[in-house]
Amino acid sequence: MHDLPQQLANGLILGAMYGLIAIGYTMVYGIVQLINFAHGEIFMIGGFGALTAWLLLPDGTSLLLALPLMLLMAMASSVLVGVGAERFAYRPLRGAPRLAPLITAIGLSIALQQAIWAFYPDATKARPFPRFSGGSIDVGPFSVQRGEIFLIIAAPVCMVALGLFVSKTRTGRAMQATSQDPDTAKLMGINTDRIIVTAFAIGAAFAAIASIAHGLKYGQVDFKMGFIAGLKAFTAAVLGGIGNIYGAMIGGLVLGLTEAMAIAYIENVPGMELFGGGAWKDVWAFVVLILVLLLRPQGLLGERVTDRA
Amino acid sequence: MTALLEVEDLRVAYGKIEAVKGISFSVRAGQVVTLIGTNGAGKTTTLRTLSGLLKPLGGRITFDGQPLNGTPAHRIVAMGLAHSPEGRRIFPRLTIAENLQLGAFLRKDTDGVDKDLQRAYELFPILGERRKQAAGTLSGGEQQMLAMGRALMSRPKLLMLDEPSMGLSPIMMQKIMETITELKSQGTTILLVEQNAQAALSLADQGHVMEIGKIVLSGTGEDLLHDESVRKAYLGED
Repeated sequence: MHDLPQQLANGLILGAMYGLIAIGYTMVYGIVQLINFAHGEIFMIGGFGALTAWLLLPDGTSLLLALPLMLLMAMASSVLVGVGAERFAYRPLRGAPRLAPLITAIGLSIALQQAIWAFYPDATKARPFPRFSGGSIDVGPFSVQRGEIFLIIAAPVCMVALGLFVSKTRTGRAMQATSQDPDTAKLMGINTDRIIVTAFAIGAAFAAIASIAHGLKYGQVDFKMGFIAGLKAFTAAVLGGIGNIYGAMIGGLVLGLTEAMAIAYIENVPGMELFGGGAWKDVWAFVVLILVLLLRPQGLLGERVTDRA
Repeated sequence: MTALLEVEDLRVAYGKIEAVKGISFSVRAGQVVTLIGTNGAGKTTTLRTLSGLLKPLGGRITFDGQPLNGTPAHRIVAMGLAHSPEGRRIFPRLTIAENLQLGAFLRKDTDGVDKDLQRAYELFPILGERRKQAAGTLSGGEQQMLAMGRALMSRPKLLMLDEPSMGLSPIMMQKIMETITELKSQGTTILLVEQNAQAALSLADQGHVMEIGKIVLSGTGEDLLHDESVRKAYLGED
């Protein structure tokens, strides 16, 4: 029997991870109207950055002590790739027809996967990622894996920090202005190129944090992991209303809860026995996406797009 | 006396279509200069090139003694050239106060910015009353006031206004023109693009008539207002 509080907790944890990755899709889209389909790979590369840091440390280092360094390496690798992608792949195509950067993004996604496959030692199959030893911890009615505690702390901290950054700082204000009207933002004296780089960097850093959460939860990283995680996070961003950072987080949580509920309860619905369990969770996630897009095309928190006067 | 803005043989193209075909004019400090002409004459293109949003194909722009050769837009604002764009282009989801503060984005003198913010609210009291509202909720005329107030917040040496009266009711149009007159009397240097030629020429020191990318006639505002061809073509008289 699956108890409801536990399923909710599982869903929220999964959802927070989707949400963190979704921030990168939504911020970049909000500013340059580009779906950065290589963002899943930026997430994946963060995982390999963290693993590299772990492997460089002497055997027997405590994971808790290693974590800050792993975080730093993950963020450095993701940000480097994210900002590099902006500078060398997307920026030259600014002003080109929309399809060109989109195809570039897909190409970049494949190239990054293959680069890890080909050049990272033993990365042709999944590589083990360190996990916290010891059983799960009971917090009230929930039981939480030790590795999940990282995400439970990191996700809210990241979201609050991002919210404050965007609404309170000068750069955050410039970011909002750039996303609402880039040309006019330039007329205010805003260096919009720098704002775009900042958006890519923040998105990549958040993806790196999510990649560590992912590694600690599943105990492995592999070169393909960005594909499905990226697709889910993209779904979360659209679900929440692409371009809206709070929407990305809420979309992630809704998606995570949907999956957890589908795994636990669908098979109990009469006539749906065949569609329950883990195998069908992705299908249910995308069913929710389709429903939201049918009923509320702008997403949960998105604003109706109106033409500029 | 040298001009604050000197434009020589400026040419601008969109792809292969040349929208501005070699125009020259200048603006001296304290002057109001207007460019008038029909849609597609190249007026907006000229302003967008001066503020750095478009790259010129050829010619020379000198502002405050400095050449502007492909200088990026955000640097041009820093030099003292502010642009209130066509269609107002306020930031709809930011508040009125935030819009105005963005106009002063590059300024470091917090006290001065606060003072200018108060000045903007005095110039446009409606903006002061609604400072916490999202700018998108304002009427067209109020948005125009906000766009002008925002441009003034950078304390520009030259204020460029693109079609400030566009789409406004006659009363609101009159109000905007009164404000421009007030700014002029305070010594603000203004480059004004208008389709409402009557209003623009009445308050301009210098006027230039543009037709399909060229300046076809120049003179003082007064002269142009009484010029027969201008009266026929732009003031609706026969």
